[in-house]
Amino acid sequence: MDFSFLQHTYAWHALIAGCCAGVTCALAGVFVVTMHLAFLGVCIAHAAFAGGLMGVWLGFDPLVGALAFSLGVAAMVGPMADRGDITPDASIGILFSLMIGLAFLFIGLVPGSRSEALNLFWGSILTVSRADLAVLIAAAVIMAGGVTLFYKEVQAVLCHRHVAMAVGIPATLVFYGMLFATGLTIAVSLRIIGGLLIYSLIINPAAAAFQLTYSLKRMMLLACLFGVLSCWTGLAASFLWDLPAGASIVIASCIIFAVAAACSPKKRVKAWKRAHTAG
Amino acid sequence: MSYREDVALEGVSLSVGRGEFVGVIGPNGAGKTTLLSVINGLGRLTHGRVHVLGKTPHRRDGYLLRRRVGYVAQVEPVDPRLPISVRESVMVGLYGRLGWLRRPGRSEWARVDAALEQVGMTHLAARPIGHLSGGEYQRVAIARALAQAPEIFLFDEPTASIDPQAQHEILDLIQDIHRRNHATTLYVTHALDTLPRACDRLVLLKGGRLWREGPTAAMLDPALLRALYNGADAPPALRGG
Repeated sequence: MDFSFLQHTYAWHALIAGCCAGVTCALAGVFVVTMHLAFLGVCIAHAAFAGGLMGVWLGFDPLVGALAFSLGVAAMVGPMADRGDITPDASIGILFSLMIGLAFLFIGLVPGSRSEALNLFWGSILTVSRADLAVLIAAAVIMAGGVTLFYKEVQAVLCHRHVAMAVGIPATLVFYGMLFATGLTIAVSLRIIGGLLIYSLIINPAAAAFQLTYSLKRMMLLACLFGVLSCWTGLAASFLWDLPAGASIVIASCIIFAVAAACSPKKRVKAWKRAHTAG
Repeated sequence: MSYREDVALEGVSLSVGRGEFVGVIGPNGAGKTTLLSVINGLGRLTHGRVHVLGKTPHRRDGYLLRRRVGYVAQVEPVDPRLPISVRESVMVGLYGRLGWLRRPGRSEWARVDAALEQVGMTHLAARPIGHLSGGEYQRVAIARALAQAPEIFLFDEPTASIDPQAQHEILDLIQDIHRRNHATTLYVTHALDTLPRACDRLVLLKGGRLWREGPTAAMLDPALLRALYNGADAPPALRGG
């Protein structure tokens, strides 16, 4: 195989960007997959997408629009789900449809060439600038640092939210913090991965890791590994066989999930549970 | 006071002394769970005052008080694939007291192991929490509250949805914990056959109001109970340690 592409700066930028996005998206994925809120990740991804497109339409940095929309949706979904007036599924679904509607509205309103708007669809990991890299590295450090510092609070809220509240952990604050971290991750990764593909990088590595372990720490490490592996494998396939990078990354993450699901020790756990927990 | 949007308790005036074991009984919808949620500050207080350990639980800093109150809810469905072990799950009880940025050390793990031993779950410490039976899950919940070393224990129907043998063992365990720790204990149940005999006093709730309260023996008068339950439940036969 010809690995001469590694001589180019853009290839190294793409690999570093893939590593950072792989880690941050995977950790955000652990939040939403463990809490069974995978659709929330999809909803925030589309919000970031709509916000980015609004930036393109109005002529400001799409990152700012993506941040505003994804954090705004994260701020709305938490209280809506907690109040219980509308079921979380329904509230997330309504916001999701609104974000899709806004995204297509903004695309329609973009004057002239729509190449920048389409870049937000597919992402452009092969044209990552130094400034983009700095933002991605900062996001990865904030996310990994935050999870390390507040691991016990994150673990309590992910696995036992009601217990966490009852033992005096500010569980609602931690929950909203995780939603905000997810929004931030999606917004900063949007430009390189793309609005249509980013939620795959959030859900698939975390879902694959979830299949393989009963330890949250190990799940986080595995998810990060799978996230980076998806990005690097996808990039290698893109460089070697001239395939679209974003699509290759997503397909790599799906293959990793399929292998993990096939090897999962949890496959038969529900049947085991039924047989052993009659008491 | 209200639970979610419905006003669930009205005109309740109740005082519980340090070290008392108080049973709270009443039919479904009487406001028993709401009473506990008001004590630990998770329920919303629309009128009136609540003082717990000299503090007001419904302020913004109510979570600080919850660190001193052990709460055991009824068995709830747990995802069997949840990535947390029994030992880690018990440690969650100590997280509130540890506060931000402090990690559990050797002494905290020793407390967790001691709590698991007290409830007879040491042999399942490494098992995923979702792989337990209802009775085992409740033992872990009790161990979590024990590890928290609370000044008040709140038990909310801890024997609901588990088999009679496990119910009997959980009741014995709760009474043993009260004997050893002398912590103030409130025990809620709607099923009178799962009422611990160790209760010093019974509070009878009906329709969101405190209907009667008094010594356990007096409150278990069959005529009184028939009136409490509107004849829906047969008068009880006390059981437990």
